[in-house]
Amino acid sequence: MIKVEGLTKRYARTVAVDNISFEVEKGQIVGFLGPNGAGKTTTMRVLTCFLPPTAGTASVAGFDVLEHPMEVKRRIGYLPETPPLYPEMEVSEYLKFVGQLKGISSADIAKRVDQVVGRCAVGDVRNKLIGKLSKGYRQRVGLAQAIIHNPEVLILDEPTSGLDPKQIIEIRELLKSLAGDHTIILSTHILPEVENSCERVIIINQGKLVAIDSVANLTNRLRGSEAVALEVEAPDGHPDPSEVQQRLEVVSGVSRVVMKDSRNGRLIFEVESLQGRHIRAELARTVVNSGWNLNELRPVGLSLEDIFLQLTATDKGAGGSHAPQEVEGAGK
Amino acid sequence: MKNILLICFKEFKGYFVSPIGYAVMALFGLIFGFGFYTATRDMVQLGFRAQMMGQQQPMSVNEQVIRPLLGFAGTIMLFLIPMITMRLVAEEKRTGTIELLLTSPIRDIEIILGKWLGALLLYMCVLGMSVINIAMLFMWGKPDLKPVLVAYLGLLLQGACLLAIGTFVSTTTRNQIVAGGVTFFVSLLLWLLSWFTAFESTVLSKVINYLSIVTHMENFSKGVVDTKDVVFYLSMIFFSLFLTSRSMESLRWRA
Repeated sequence: MIKVEGLTKRYARTVAVDNISFEVEKGQIVGFLGPNGAGKTTTMRVLTCFLPPTAGTASVAGFDVLEHPMEVKRRIGYLPETPPLYPEMEVSEYLKFVGQLKGISSADIAKRVDQVVGRCAVGDVRNKLIGKLSKGYRQRVGLAQAIIHNPEVLILDEPTSGLDPKQIIEIRELLKSLAGDHTIILSTHILPEVENSCERVIIINQGKLVAIDSVANLTNRLRGSEAVALEVEAPDGHPDPSEVQQRLEVVSGVSRVVMKDSRNGRLIFEVESLQGRHIRAELARTVVNSGWNLNELRPVGLSLEDIFLQLTATDKGAGGSHAPQEVEGAGK
Repeated sequence: MKNILLICFKEFKGYFVSPIGYAVMALFGLIFGFGFYTATRDMVQLGFRAQMMGQQQPMSVNEQVIRPLLGFAGTIMLFLIPMITMRLVAEEKRTGTIELLLTSPIRDIEIILGKWLGALLLYMCVLGMSVINIAMLFMWGKPDLKPVLVAYLGLLLQGACLLAIGTFVSTTTRNQIVAGGVTFFVSLLLWLLSWFTAFESTVLSKVINYLSIVTHMENFSKGVVDTKDVVFYLSMIFFSLFLTSRSMESLRWRA
């Protein structure tokens, strides 16, 4: 349904998106994940024909964004980061305007407006001025705007930002009900979002594709590895943090060591293992053999957040050892 | 065509949801009404004086009231047109709604023409305010209708031309005040060009003179439709809208 190949977008000085390729099949919900400024919005803007790519191709439903922009635009519903609303219009008036803009015939327009108003639960404000609405309602009107012409592809840039937890759940339900006939790409930097509503995840960082996998696979991967919180104290009271870190990093099976805290000569580290490796015994031995006191050693849960940080952290030290795996994952 | 009208009516309606539409019409009505009052009063006094002196001076409502008055209307518009065009695209750029328009299955030129026509529609309403006053002259006098219509045609063309320039300027910024200010100074410059060259006859001065918006208005206000002037206005409109479409396109790679 959506095919992106070697997509690159360069602005005057910066490369926003760097040689990204992925495919999304019909009916899938895909989460587009990355820290702020990773290139999510830029990629979406290319897909919606708002920006032309510098290099590479992108196509939606078989139509290239450069060669047949009209066909692509007809098939796409787009909710930008800030919903494109006219504050001086009433909700139903606005939806009617957008509907006509998207090419719905005037015979069907009233019916479509009624449908999306019901679907996005904005019925009680349909005759209010958009400028008077709260953020949550605005977001939902924005969503209604995106689905008004029943597009094959929905592209949503942070659809749940600014909503309260109840509204977030409602939006999630709505998205799930839309999946199937619609292909949905949604961007977010909130991880539970992806865990809950997406089948596949595309993670990008600094314009580069970091991982593309199903949510289940990503979570499995993280179950295989273990994370340990470690408190080290030097007998003389002044341990050298970088020395401790170095010693921990060379323990076999360790993938990443992060210093969390240091106070009164105690250093607290978080250590993550490679997949399927048990490192606690070896860590304890290393600390004690180095002549430090081991005050605490306790397993901590790895969340999707950790994986995300792991994947998007700039490669240095042990964090980089994950990289080959991702490339392999991207090829699937 | 459907899309153009859709945008056009959306813009036109937008003027009357915000105070801009009412403000522009009220300001114009007020100032034009003042001009109308003084022009008619002067003419009536002149008529009395001529009668008392026993002179038979030829008096013409067309020449003495309508012509200067409609010229004056053009001057007022110079100030009002930036207010009409400043929000057209700048506002959409600021609020991000331009993203909606540019990702909808509608061509750039349809957006531009729609916006320009919407502004033109408001301009016609504003100009329509002056018809109330001019109609009074027809009720109590016998002015010639044709030159009045020609003058209105001129005002319409001149306005359409300045509106097109304003639309272009509005695409270049996301700040309405900047858009309004720049439009005003560009229009003022085009207006004043004729001053610099009034007594010269070099080729350059002729070219500059040709570019001045007022010189082309003169014939219309005399009641003469000259193809030369019509072509000037139409080509200025075309050129400005062409620049607008280029500028819209550049939004895509600069955004």
